[in-house]
Amino acid sequence: MNLKEYFSDIFYGIKSLATGMKVTGGYFLRHGKEKITEQYPDNRSTLVLAERFRGEVVMPHDDNNEHACTGCTACELACPNGTIKIITKFDVSPEGKKKKAIDTFIYHLELCTMCNLCVEACPTGAITMAPTFEHSVFDRSQLTKKLNKPGSKVRAGIE
Amino acid sequence: MLSLEKIANAVHTWLYQHFDETWALLFEFVIVGVMVITLFAVLGLVLVLMERKVSSWMQLRLGPNRIGPGGMFQTVADTLKLIVKEGMTPKNVDRLLFNMAPFLAIIVSMVIMAPIMFDKGFQIWDINIGVLFVTAVSSLSIISILMGGWASNNKYSLLGAMRSGAQIVSYELSAGLSILTIVVLTGSLRISDIIEAQQTGWWIFKGHIPAIISFVIFIIASTAETNRAPFDLAEAESELTAGFHTEYSGMKFALFFLAEYVNIFVVCAIGATLFLGGWMPFHIGNWTQFNNIMDWIPSSVWFFGKAFLLIFVIMWFRWTFPRLRIDQLLNLEWRYLLPVSMFNLLLVTIIAIAGWHF
Repeated sequence: MNLKEYFSDIFYGIKSLATGMKVTGGYFLRHGKEKITEQYPDNRSTLVLAERFRGEVVMPHDDNNEHACTGCTACELACPNGTIKIITKFDVSPEGKKKKAIDTFIYHLELCTMCNLCVEACPTGAITMAPTFEHSVFDRSQLTKKLNKPGSKVRAGIE
Repeated sequence: MLSLEKIANAVHTWLYQHFDETWALLFEFVIVGVMVITLFAVLGLVLVLMERKVSSWMQLRLGPNRIGPGGMFQTVADTLKLIVKEGMTPKNVDRLLFNMAPFLAIIVSMVIMAPIMFDKGFQIWDINIGVLFVTAVSSLSIISILMGGWASNNKYSLLGAMRSGAQIVSYELSAGLSILTIVVLTGSLRISDIIEAQQTGWWIFKGHIPAIISFVIFIIASTAETNRAPFDLAEAESELTAGFHTEYSGMKFALFFLAEYVNIFVVCAIGATLFLGGWMPFHIGNWTQFNNIMDWIPSSVWFFGKAFLLIFVIMWFRWTFPRLRIDQLLNLEWRYLLPVSMFNLLLVTIIAIAGWHF
């Protein structure tokens, strides 16, 4: 190592340290305005959660009590730890044609790691991640949920 | 105006009037001891709270905010919890050394308090080798760390203690050399003389660039000596759980923790004394009015303000820089800090001999 490199090493070392200190010093001065902590139990009514927050898997239903799930079980296959169990049935159309549909969409919240693989695997966008997180219950059986609402059916036009 | 010197002198004369010399001296010992212990407790509470607040603000968090206004009594509650906790001694440890180590740590940081001048004329012991005393005693703190690490009978503790040993032995050198630059400029090891020499301006301004370089080296080396991040290899949480105090719990752990924070204060107080003029107010040349306003601020406020400013800088380091590896740590000392500080000392000596400083 020659003398020039030695001093440029020192110079760039100090420069990079100063850059880091500038960042944290700026945060220190602006901490009042840019707080990223949510005061959770206090601001429960005005809580702002990030859009990408993954709290639990839900199946959105529209006003006619219709969902987009065709019962293809892609989510069940994609799930790494057996969180989703789909029980299918066969609907018989007026013309006498048999069509596959879901009977029950069972979701085990207690097993779920919120990895989002099921949502990505779904070809029809029937399930999404909801930003809820207050999941504590006194009995774990309450965490096994049925996602399709009673009497719901698949939306027309979704194959 | 609040002057600790006047209060101290009044107490001194009152004691010598009412008791004979031996008893008066003994009473003074007791008073000083109680005051040092009180200072310890207050410093521990204040510095831990300050650390938590500074860290949280630098990370855009809120920090402790539940107990007391703005979380002010958080550390008081923590201390109460630590006091009621069981001070466990594990089965296969060296009992004597294990129980002695935290007390040794605290005694060492107590002894360094002696020559520090907290206010104009307010000092426990104005020893004529004050700076040497501080550097000599502060290097004893490694013994308590090695003792605790060895006696714990735990690989993590031993590794942490050994790392700490290598670290303190090497960084002591550059800390000592940077202190020496000021000793060279002042021509005295006595703390009161060093402060007196800064009547016309602090050494960091009067000593030109070499003084600034040695100030920076002193801050780096003292951060390393107090085992704080980015040099906290001795207790690197991610590698060694808690390093040398892995096996400690309850109040014995608290003593190590307290000693760490008091050491930070002591180191920063020394830095403030040597480079920033101790209790000397900030003066600018011939601006009489400005200087009068500065004089009006009590000198103890000046001293503690400077010390806490340096403590803030060290905390700033901790919450900005990532931890060094052991080889990087030793590289930094032996290949950069030591040669630079030796060359710097030479430069300062030339300046002092030629009288180029103000």
